[in-house]
Amino acid sequence: MKKNINILVVGVGGQGNILFSKILGEVLLNAGYDVKISEVHGMAQRGGSVVTYVKAGEKVFSPLVDRAEADYILAFEKLEALRWLEYLKNNGILIYSDYEIPPLSVITGAYEYPDVEKILQTVGVKACRVEVKKLLSQLGNSRVQNTLMLGFFSRFLDIDEALFKKSIERNVKKEFIEINLKAFELGRRIEMCEVEK
Amino acid sequence: MKKLLLGNYAVARGCYEAGVKVATAYPGTPSTEITEAIAQYDEIYCEWAPNEKVALEVAIGAAIYGKRAICSMKHVGLNVAADPLFTASYTGINAGLLIAVADDPGMHSSQNEQDTRNIAKAAKVPVLEPADSQECIDFVKIGFEISEKFDTPVILRLTTRVAHSQSVVEERPREEVLFKYKKDIQKYVMMPAMARSRHEFVERRLKSLKEFSETLGINKIEQGTRKIAFITSGIAYQYVREAYPDAWVLKLGMVWPLPERLIKDFCSQFEKVYVVEELDPFLEENIKAMGINNIVGKEIFKLTGEYSPSFIKRAVENNEIEVPYKVKQTLPPRLPVLCPGCPHRGIFYVLSRLKDVIITGDIGCYTLGALSPFNAMDSCVCMGASIGMAHGISNASDKKQKVIAVIGDSTFVHSGIPGIIDAVYNGSDILVMILDNSTTGMTGHQDHPATGYTIKGEPTYKLDIVSLCKALGCVAVEEINPYKIKENVEKIKQLLDLPGVKVVIAKAPCRLHRRYKFTISKRYIDFEKCKNCRLCLSLGCPAISLKDKPTIDANLCLACGMCEDVCKFGAISSQKEQ
Ligand code: SF4
Ligand code: SF4
Repeated sequence: MKKNINILVVGVGGQGNILFSKILGEVLLNAGYDVKISEVHGMAQRGGSVVTYVKAGEKVFSPLVDRAEADYILAFEKLEALRWLEYLKNNGILIYSDYEIPPLSVITGAYEYPDVEKILQTVGVKACRVEVKKLLSQLGNSRVQNTLMLGFFSRFLDIDEALFKKSIERNVKKEFIEINLKAFELGRRIEMCEVEK
Repeated sequence: MKKLLLGNYAVARGCYEAGVKVATAYPGTPSTEITEAIAQYDEIYCEWAPNEKVALEVAIGAAIYGKRAICSMKHVGLNVAADPLFTASYTGINAGLLIAVADDPGMHSSQNEQDTRNIAKAAKVPVLEPADSQECIDFVKIGFEISEKFDTPVILRLTTRVAHSQSVVEERPREEVLFKYKKDIQKYVMMPAMARSRHEFVERRLKSLKEFSETLGINKIEQGTRKIAFITSGIAYQYVREAYPDAWVLKLGMVWPLPERLIKDFCSQFEKVYVVEELDPFLEENIKAMGINNIVGKEIFKLTGEYSPSFIKRAVENNEIEVPYKVKQTLPPRLPVLCPGCPHRGIFYVLSRLKDVIITGDIGCYTLGALSPFNAMDSCVCMGASIGMAHGISNASDKKQKVIAVIGDSTFVHSGIPGIIDAVYNGSDILVMILDNSTTGMTGHQDHPATGYTIKGEPTYKLDIVSLCKALGCVAVEEINPYKIKENVEKIKQLLDLPGVKVVIAKAPCRLHRRYKFTISKRYIDFEKCKNCRLCLSLGCPAISLKDKPTIDANLCLACGMCEDVCKFGAISSQKEQ
């Protein structure tokens, strides 16, 4: 019996979370799971808050993940990690990027960008922060955050590394395969956080 | 081989496998990818039509000629196409005709939440409703068979969570289907004498479809182990299955007309049966109309928005979910914004500075001009409505109120043209601004008759909007560069004072479009010169944010230069300081 895995991928429109979900979904499919992915299109993509669901298991019916149902939340932007936190199930794990994209409501001064770390501490959730900004500058490319995060996340799943690499090769444009594989490997080598599986 | 496929791609795959020859559409989320994916198959002729009505007419023509055809649209598009639909129901088809309509419960990207099943019922055509990507492929094929067997257009109803979900499918080879065209005036020329007998035919057809639905394999009972029962269809079926894996379920693959005997038999076995459907109580009311009374529906399930497994569970069991981790403070909202470099930004910046003007808006990326920081839009109703509404408002004020209609190029071609004709004909005094970014931006850069390219990217005749507007009788037609903010303020004020229908075409391609290359010279702010007046922030460009003073994020800046035009102190330029 394959156990059920519910994953929420959250971020800001344009950060590549649909591609991330597609790559991850294929990995899970090839690892023998039934898989469903639900995407968001349209207005939300114009820099709005977006969420994609990836579900895997013996048999998956609904493509949705509801509040208190996610085993993992992967946040490509810090503030979005907070916004979707209610979706995490008890003892679920939040993996978030330290990347900050202030929304317009912050830019115009109507709101303040919150202190994400502090809030997460008070909520008392198991969270791993990935130093994406630093790692991306090491790579010299700011557009591979999704494969970097995938590299890190891959260690939480008991799935052969080769399946991840194959899926990346199939889903990114030829000229970007190399840099994405590099990002994946870098992500996979990041020191594990305290909540390690 | 098993693979993951998006519901919309699966519809396209189904069309390929079913031997479809013609596919038409006007783009609209969540239906757009169906036709985009079909365009990848060389075996199928494929086009973007200027609107859904034309798209359907093209598909009807193809079907009558003997080629399997599909026409795709979103729910509001079916309103536009309702006219040909209702009569195609009378004429029937020859080779199969499928109309794929994607509803959007939850309104992820739509101006209303409407239920296509109601229109289908009114037009007296059958509706199939797939629940995952594999069913999308299968139901397309079944749809064509039903269409041909019963001589009727068939609606394939999708909803966002089917259209935009990926699930596992198996692909099969294409099968060619052959039909011959036969002239048949009685059948295809709908004037009163002939239409009368066709109406009789339509009513008989509905009866035989109903009979057929009793034995149709996609209407099926799934046995459970627990005494709880549901009638459901489409994505709601998946939610029910997940919430109650051990329940009895009557899953309807065809949701109109309904299998009365099957439903009666099913309901008679249980004390009560839950009917689960998003949006309208369509199944519920039609089941009640059969005289069945032991069903529970909208008294516990909501009429608006999307469902989910836990929503259904909570409604049935009347309890709440407990959320383990909760953030107490209110978070800054993150609403969609115009992209960095978007040409619309300059226009809305100018419009937001005009006083005492009503601005009627339309459907597209530029609808975002209604939001902060611009707040420069008074209305947004449906495709093409901006112009007619502007004319209406101007008239209602005895021409005392200044009104500007804002519409995109794709939307203008879709249904803005008749609005201009009306305004000119009736002596209106409005200003129409066509925000021409040379694409259909919101749905992801589809071509249209004024871009000069077909759906396959091949060059074609390019509709000239300037000459067209002149020919329609507008008193002034001017092209402006939306990035030249200072110039445009004056220009728009001047034109607004002229009598008659004026057109301003703000022309600059979408900054994100693959087809256009821009010479990039990013902008920087010289902190010495910056007086911290923060005027540049009112552009709402995501690349400009406030640190101590405004700062431009070079990663996000698309070098449109608009901020340079806005800054009064010359602090912004392409020179990087320090
Ligand atoms: S508009 Fe110019 S002076 Fe004013 S804050 Fe922006 S950069 Fe500084
Ligand atoms: S920062 Fe200035 S130049 Fe860059 S995209 Fe925004 S408005 Fe255009």
